[in-house]
Amino acid sequence: MAHILDYLEVTAITHADKPAFIGEAGFLTFAQLHDRARKTGAEITDRGIYKKPVVVFMQKSADMVAAFCGVVYAGCYYVPIDAEMPAYRIRQIFETTQPALVICDDTTLPLLSEWAQEKAWDASYEAVLFDDISAGALRESDVTALANIRRRAIDTDAVYVVFTSGSTGMPKGVTACHRSVVDYIEQLSTVLEVDEHTVFGNQSPLYLDACLKELLPTMKYGATTYFIPKSLFMFPVKLIEYLNEHHINNICWVASALGLVAGLNTFAKVTPYTLRTIAFGSEVFAAKHLNQWRTAAPDAQFIHLYGPTEATGMSLFYKLDRDFAEGDAIPIGRPFANTDILLFDENGNEPPPGQPGEICIRGTCLCLGYYNDPERTSATFVQNPRAPYADLMYKTGDLGYIGTDGNYYFLARKDHQIKHMGYRIELTEIEWVAMRIPGVQLACAIFDGETSRIILYYMGDETAPKSAVQAALKTQLPRYMMPQAIFPIPTLPQTPGGKIDRVQLLNQYRESVRATRKD
Amino acid sequence: MLLEILQELHPDVDYATHTTLIDDRVIDSYDIIFLVGEIADKLDVEIPADELTPENFNSYAALNALVQRLDENA
Repeated sequence: MAHILDYLEVTAITHADKPAFIGEAGFLTFAQLHDRARKTGAEITDRGIYKKPVVVFMQKSADMVAAFCGVVYAGCYYVPIDAEMPAYRIRQIFETTQPALVICDDTTLPLLSEWAQEKAWDASYEAVLFDDISAGALRESDVTALANIRRRAIDTDAVYVVFTSGSTGMPKGVTACHRSVVDYIEQLSTVLEVDEHTVFGNQSPLYLDACLKELLPTMKYGATTYFIPKSLFMFPVKLIEYLNEHHINNICWVASALGLVAGLNTFAKVTPYTLRTIAFGSEVFAAKHLNQWRTAAPDAQFIHLYGPTEATGMSLFYKLDRDFAEGDAIPIGRPFANTDILLFDENGNEPPPGQPGEICIRGTCLCLGYYNDPERTSATFVQNPRAPYADLMYKTGDLGYIGTDGNYYFLARKDHQIKHMGYRIELTEIEWVAMRIPGVQLACAIFDGETSRIILYYMGDETAPKSAVQAALKTQLPRYMMPQAIFPIPTLPQTPGGKIDRVQLLNQYRESVRATRKD
Repeated sequence: MLLEILQELHPDVDYATHTTLIDDRVIDSYDIIFLVGEIADKLDVEIPADELTPENFNSYAALNALVQRLDENA
């Protein structure tokens, strides 16, 4: 049976005194991580909370990982949230999950109390400080209680709920279980060639599933993860110096983070000489930037990863084995072991090589669906129509094809979902939020892939000037979903069919940008 | 022009007096990317990687001085 804590229980003994997770505020060894997690688990159990969601609201730190593990020790599942999320979105998450307990640190506890008072949340939960529930030794009764919880665990029990953008304005809580996480980590670790000497440089926030790719392999192999200070991603020369200084040899970053480093001409000043594995994914990576990286780190293995949160992270991989010219598509490659990819064309048939179809995924990696949302779950987690028995598959909404080289290639989305700075965003969610602002009648969000900008056009009356719309959006949207440009417009252009003409809007935007450029 | 770009980004900030834009996390990594792009597009000034430092982005005055300096040396 697969259980994610099995990893830590081995490395807490074999690598007891080695630093496991290192952040700005300090580090935890494997033994410390194990002790704090178990104590946290016992404290949660003491409160009679079992098989329930527990919100973890902390700054990115080794302690936050211990809190995640503690929640799982208690037989519960964690819901990570972050101070960067606007209060409105956190409220939606609380309403969906109804947590009994919220684990905070001393920076987030005051925020939570403030929001709860201001917005009069209709939620009853206990908020505790991680430091208060994780210190000290276990009592004998705690050891027995944790052992009993473990004995009753099965591998389809939930581990976490992470929230991702939803097209109707309500985020979706993707729920993963032990076997989906363990299956993913086993396959991913093989692809990334992780061992105890691996030093990860983590970029992704801990409130996304993307962080699993460092957290779990670290616990499995007794490796080490550095949480790179977020501010360094603004200052790429310092970022590369940080990698070198800490001998980081393995990074899995969103393509935009790598693209930023290359695009700002960082390698003219500094070379990343410790990297051995450079994995990237979650969005299209320009071949121009990729090639700058390959020149700067010629000994590193480059790996393209692809996969949706609903299949617990990544599902396909491609180890770069040839050169790519500007404009070439980088394949998403082949599925991980124990993962199967199916393509369906518009008629439900398997398209011939080179022809597009919707990418569908089947295997143990599939999540448990969306939390408390059977309707949206059953729309995308469906019976595989090609199987004459019960066989679930996840419809990604991505269009792809299989090339003559046997690799899969990503083509486009079927809907208005975009990838921006590595985040998955439903443009329609931005529109829903905008149209809730008083005075706004209609709104359309578009994405300019060339400049990687989100642009919002809206029709509104005099009570909704641009400044008011921008201010209102800021309180309701996560920072990464904020439009970079907002334009009031008398009427939104329509297609002959009566839909908003997004192509026309994008052209209009590009025209206005050209007009303001310095000649 | 630079001030307009900054005001477009955060209309609620008083750029005349704010000198800790980075330290207070008023400007984050998305903003830096946006600013570098806008400054290249609208002012025709390319900011090289080693000039991307907290000091250069902490205030309007510092960023303006950087842009002026790069423009003159171009």
